[in-house]
Amino acid sequence: MKVCDIVEKLNLKVIGGSEGLQNEVVGGYTSDLLSDVMGNANEGQVWITLQTHRNVMAVASLKDVAAVIIVKGLEAEESTISQSNDEGIPLLSSDLETFELSGQLYELLQ
Amino acid sequence: MEFNYEVEGGNFAKAGNAASSVKKVLKQLNVDPKVIKRVVVALYEGEVNVVAHAYKGNIMVDIDTARIFIRIQDEGPGIPDIDLAMTVGYSTASAMVREMGFGAGMGLPNMKRNADSLKLSSKVGEGTIVELTTNLSK
Ligand SMILES: Nc1ncnc2c1ncn2[C@@H]1O[C@H](COP(=O)(O)OP(=O)(O)O)[C@@H](O)[C@H]1O
Ligand SMILES: [Mg+2]
Repeated sequence: MKVCDIVEKLNLKVIGGSEGLQNEVVGGYTSDLLSDVMGNANEGQVWITLQTHRNVMAVASLKDVAAVIIVKGLEAEESTISQSNDEGIPLLSSDLETFELSGQLYELLQ
Repeated sequence: MEFNYEVEGGNFAKAGNAASSVKKVLKQLNVDPKVIKRVVVALYEGEVNVVAHAYKGNIMVDIDTARIFIRIQDEGPGIPDIDLAMTVGYSTASAMVREMGFGAGMGLPNMKRNADSLKLSSKVGEGTIVELTTNLSK
């Protein structure tokens, strides 16, 4: 499955990094702790978080995640969006709570 | 081959710049992607520790055919109890830093797990030196 398929099926908003919408998705990782993501997320996963600052994109790029989804309709900072565009890693947004969104992504990837 | 980076304490906007640059260099050198991943995790955590806990620092990365050696040296408060600092979950990070998702107390453990050797030395009131070695020979 590709990031663009997930955008469509989970009704996500693309806020940045549309260059990477064809990235292949191998799984998901849900966490708001950057060191947890650094230590445990894998390349090609979609990272679900409530963090909105630019360090999220730095971590996303270092870990080669497929995309980042910000939950609860939270607004990403301007610098986060521009870094997502620079890196070509999709920055997506959902109005859902972390629990629901993670559940839906899990279902989708089964 | 040697590379040097300056790190500014407190400047989270730039946190990860050194790790990102080293990642590009290692890719260009065709280093095994698995090795690159480990180096990047360890270096990022070391870089963030200077940003979060120290005043300023310098990162030296030395690459040869046998190993990648990284020295992260900072001027800062130092670490009074290194064993305690190495404990998963131990953190003195401020509330603001924690809210950003840093300060989980997983940085030093991540570094240890992702390097072949980790050496920490610190003088309270002066600063900290972290030395990370990653072997390249198979
Ligand atoms: N360069 C440093 N200078 C001063 N203290 C440090 C440094 N690196 C780590 N520490 C201390 O060790 C603790 C644990 O570090 P770490 O495992 O990276 O967790 P975190 O950075 O999330 O707090 C820090 O909270 C801090 O007290
Ligand atoms: Mg740390």
